[in-house]
Amino acid sequence: MPTPNVVLHVADVHKRFGGLHALADIDLQVEEGQTHAIIGPNGAGKSTLLNVIIGKLAPSSGQVIFDGAILTGRKPYQINQLGIARVFQTPEIFADLSVLHNVMIPALAKRDGAFKLNMLRSLDSEVGIRQEAEHMLEDVGMHSSRDMHAGSLSRGDKRRMELAMCLIQHPRLLLLDEPTAGMSRHDTNTTIELLKKIKSRGMTKVIIEHDMHVVFSLADKISVLAQGRIIADGTPDQVRGNPKVQEAYLGGTH
Amino acid sequence: MLAMSRNDLLLFLGFTIAVLAMPIWLQPFGAAYPDLLQRFMIFGIFAVGFNILFGLTGYLSFGHAAFFGVGSYAAVWSFKLLSLDAIPAMIFAVVVSGLFALAIGFVSLRRSGIYFSILTLAFAQMSYNLAYSVLTPITNGETGLQLTLGDPRHFDRLFGEAMPGQPVPTLLGQSLGGFTGFYFCAGFLILAFFIAQRITGSPFGMMLKGIKSNQTRMNYTGFNTKPYTLAAFVISGMYAGLAGALLAVTDPLAGAERMQWTASGEVVLMTILGGAGTLVGPVIGAWLIKYFENIFSAINETILARFWDFLPDGADHFAVVVSSKFVGEGWFLTLGLVFVLIVVFLPGGIMEGVRRIAHLFDRKRSSPTNPGKTAPHPQPAE
Repeated sequence: MPTPNVVLHVADVHKRFGGLHALADIDLQVEEGQTHAIIGPNGAGKSTLLNVIIGKLAPSSGQVIFDGAILTGRKPYQINQLGIARVFQTPEIFADLSVLHNVMIPALAKRDGAFKLNMLRSLDSEVGIRQEAEHMLEDVGMHSSRDMHAGSLSRGDKRRMELAMCLIQHPRLLLLDEPTAGMSRHDTNTTIELLKKIKSRGMTKVIIEHDMHVVFSLADKISVLAQGRIIADGTPDQVRGNPKVQEAYLGGTH
Repeated sequence: MLAMSRNDLLLFLGFTIAVLAMPIWLQPFGAAYPDLLQRFMIFGIFAVGFNILFGLTGYLSFGHAAFFGVGSYAAVWSFKLLSLDAIPAMIFAVVVSGLFALAIGFVSLRRSGIYFSILTLAFAQMSYNLAYSVLTPITNGETGLQLTLGDPRHFDRLFGEAMPGQPVPTLLGQSLGGFTGFYFCAGFLILAFFIAQRITGSPFGMMLKGIKSNQTRMNYTGFNTKPYTLAAFVISGMYAGLAGALLAVTDPLAGAERMQWTASGEVVLMTILGGAGTLVGPVIGAWLIKYFENIFSAINETILARFWDFLPDGADHFAVVVSSKFVGEGWFLTLGLVFVLIVVFLPGGIMEGVRRIAHLFDRKRSSPTNPGKTAPHPQPAE
């Protein structure tokens, strides 16, 4: 078996908040093109782990390596410019702007970099960026709402738009923090369909999830986190049959 | 590069015509005299620039009068040292206030929200106190910096002796008093409006709106928001400096009081009153406040008595007493009431009122089966 290409490597990460050991000895390897799910009961440290990966929190020790570059100590915008996009638990969108502009902004970030004093051009003359954004919106099935205020979208549509905002940057790694949290069953299902569609394009994804239905229908690999430690690692089938996992979920903090 | 959409072009042309025709259409309001018109232009520029920071980027500065004052001082110094011509003075003022804004913005923008506002307020009050007492050799303290016959004016001296009499700012030898001064300022307001319009419609302007809307998302989208906010801060500081310089051109006396916090607060009121984030709103807000300040404060009891004359005896006296509280010294009361009414009923300022009225007409015109392109409203979930 050829050694798969590891895109993201979380190496021996510890995170302490005062006396609380939120993450202990986390070692995680995400392979190129795979959808890697991190699951665990509430308070297991899932969000902390995600925040360490994205640079919002600094680990107490250990480091995060993405494609040969150490992420630890970089700012969120620098991490994004390396090719990592993030979907938040509560969609982080530009509520005051139109849907189309919401999707054009990340496309401009991809093209122009972290800062460009682009004052002389008119946004109307950015035809290429605009077309790209319109295609992206068609792709996620939101083209008809492109002129709406993003703030007035339904929760499910906000999530779809946020995904479009990430996907237009063609990230090498997409991080999803509970992408279906707080959604109706209908919205959950459309989001899963969309994520499956993206999956077929071979983008690497790390998904933090609570909902087993979502995890087992999407993930290639699952890591189970409980009380700050990884207690199991493997394919969905391996994890499902693991007695430790069943204990963590059924007899643990839950 | 200068291609504009049809709507932008119409807005710009409409604005230009409205400004240039002000001496005509303000006649019935009693405001068509050059002194007040110049102030309309100057504070219009101040508000347009302030709106780039506050309305577009969402950073509420409580210290913009500092840049206004620095612009005035810089312009007067240019008159004293270099030349009485207005153009070098304005360039000098814009550059100096821009550098000043760069320094203050660099520190203040390390924080956002209320902390940013307080930092800018602190810096402005520091500047005011420096100008009032500590830096007296530069600012002439309480008296204010003014032109004298003994000023060196090195450029002017190269081309011959100074003219006799009290020196006044000129443009290529032409005096800038009266309506000439108004048209000079109007040219700059139109230019300032044009640049603000370009910035608003550019990718850079879109980034500023993004920062106002959701700075977290901007960071995770790959933008370094710091230089964007700093650029917006410096640009609006330069606008303030330009306005301050124009005030020095029309009246070559720079005093510390124009840097005081009340002056910083005034531009905030102007922007909110007219409509923060809109292009025209801040200008209208500035005009309205300056109109109140100059016209309402000039109304006295004699004028009121004549106005209420049609009422029966006794009632007219009562009306005069009540209404006199709202004019003259009491014009602040009227302004305060107008401000409260607008913020409560039209949080988007006067421009929101204009939009609502336009919307009403729009709805009437389109048939009931085709609601037309009304303002975005929530779409029922599928």
